[in-house]
Amino acid sequence: MIDLNPLWLTAKLALITTVILFVVSIPLSYWLAYSRFRFKAVIEALISLPLVLPPSVLGFYLLIAFSPDNAFGKFLADYLDLRLVFTFEGLILASILYSLPFMVNPVLSGFKNLSPALQEASFTLGKSRFTTVTKVLLPNIRASLFTGIIMTFAHTLGEFGVVLMVGGSIPQETKVVSIAIYEEVEAMNYHNANVYAGILFVFSFVILLAVHLINNKSRKTTLY
Amino acid sequence: MIQFNAYKMLQTADGELPLDVAFTIKKGQFVAVYGNSGAGKTTILRILTGLTAAEKATIKVADATWDDAEKKFHLPVQKRSIGFVFQDFALFPNLTVKENLEFALSKGDSKEIVQELIELMELQSLQNSKPEHLSGGQKQRVALARAIVRRPKILLLDEPLSALDDAMRFKLQDYILQIHKKYELTTIMISHSIAEIFKLSNHVLVIDKGRITKQGTPEKVFSEQKISSKFQLTGEIISIKKSDIVYVVQVSSGNTIVKVIATEDEVANYHIGQKVLVASKAFNPVIQILS
Repeated sequence: MIDLNPLWLTAKLALITTVILFVVSIPLSYWLAYSRFRFKAVIEALISLPLVLPPSVLGFYLLIAFSPDNAFGKFLADYLDLRLVFTFEGLILASILYSLPFMVNPVLSGFKNLSPALQEASFTLGKSRFTTVTKVLLPNIRASLFTGIIMTFAHTLGEFGVVLMVGGSIPQETKVVSIAIYEEVEAMNYHNANVYAGILFVFSFVILLAVHLINNKSRKTTLY
Repeated sequence: MIQFNAYKMLQTADGELPLDVAFTIKKGQFVAVYGNSGAGKTTILRILTGLTAAEKATIKVADATWDDAEKKFHLPVQKRSIGFVFQDFALFPNLTVKENLEFALSKGDSKEIVQELIELMELQSLQNSKPEHLSGGQKQRVALARAIVRRPKILLLDEPLSALDDAMRFKLQDYILQIHKKYELTTIMISHSIAEIFKLSNHVLVIDKGRITKQGTPEKVFSEQKISSKFQLTGEIISIKKSDIVYVVQVSSGNTIVKVIATEDEVANYHIGQKVLVASKAFNPVIQILS
């Protein structure tokens, strides 16, 4: 019988990451879509970096940064009593950085595809920026928001390199499904690896199928 | 009522163009802004609305200051009493016609004005439709109604009728005029149509390359070059036929085909596909009523 903890941990990680990224990405994408900040391209490139960077590179830098031997890690440990190396909290932060483009890019392209006149019309009707975003802009990029949520969730399920570097493989703390598969294979437990892999495979496929079915209906958003 | 004075460097396809415009508009006037595209017409409306920042702007409306270049004062868009009708209408796709209008209400406002505008604009049968199901003219009426919900003092129209066919244009001109009078608005409209300007406005600003080159009543502004006892249209010869002793030359111009009589000598110089100008002097044109 397989250990269910990695599955539960993976789901928890993906869910928390998605919720936090959803909240963070809306203001971030809005700012990127509408601001005239001169170095916006730098920010956009940084956000997209995890798309091309080997996860082990990102994981390595995070490991260094989170280490209590360094300033950032020491600050967290001393003042917030927070340890991010080999902990679930560390995994969440790493996942947020790693999956950032999967949430920001669809939401950003949603904002960019809207006519700028929609926001301006709302302003001329006396509405604040907050009302404009919540009542006009967000309802009109629903498909993009949905794509962002699903892609972030699915992408977090499949993390391996970053998780291994930052979290290691501590049972019930940082041992997610992808790590569990790796370890089962190393221990020659092919049956268990097969069950974990099968679950991830089917689940990821169903999620992506849902995205494409919805995208085909709306055709207003790009995946990434 | 409106005192406008603004300077802004525009980035155009042909390089930088300084927009430097000052004008005064009286309460209740219907002003048309006329000029080539890229002359800065839309930017003027946007600066007045507060959507575009000018390098220097001093705008006073009635007794209130909206922009003051000296004091670096800028009143936010939301606080300016303006109804703006955008070129692409900018209706909110997620809301129905009625919801689009109601969106413009402030907290605690009575919904009476929405009902009144729906009736005035004859939108009753469309009020529960989403904008994607409306025609261009219908969208225009909704955009116009939505701009009035807040009871602004000033109505700005950015080439509102350019995308519509003639029949629809004439009808919408009437709606605009009706709204202008009923709500005692001061209206500024960008238009490319001289006929439209004559019908609606009582003051014209002609903008060229970022400057006002002419202003006054439509009669005064357009009297010299545009209006004369001669009318003319350009077109292409599509056929030349002999009919008894004369020739009938058919010229296609826009959607209409004009038949012109020509003599044999003249026809010798014509050929099919040639670009020509058909002109008529004062004593023979016929006026046909369009609506």
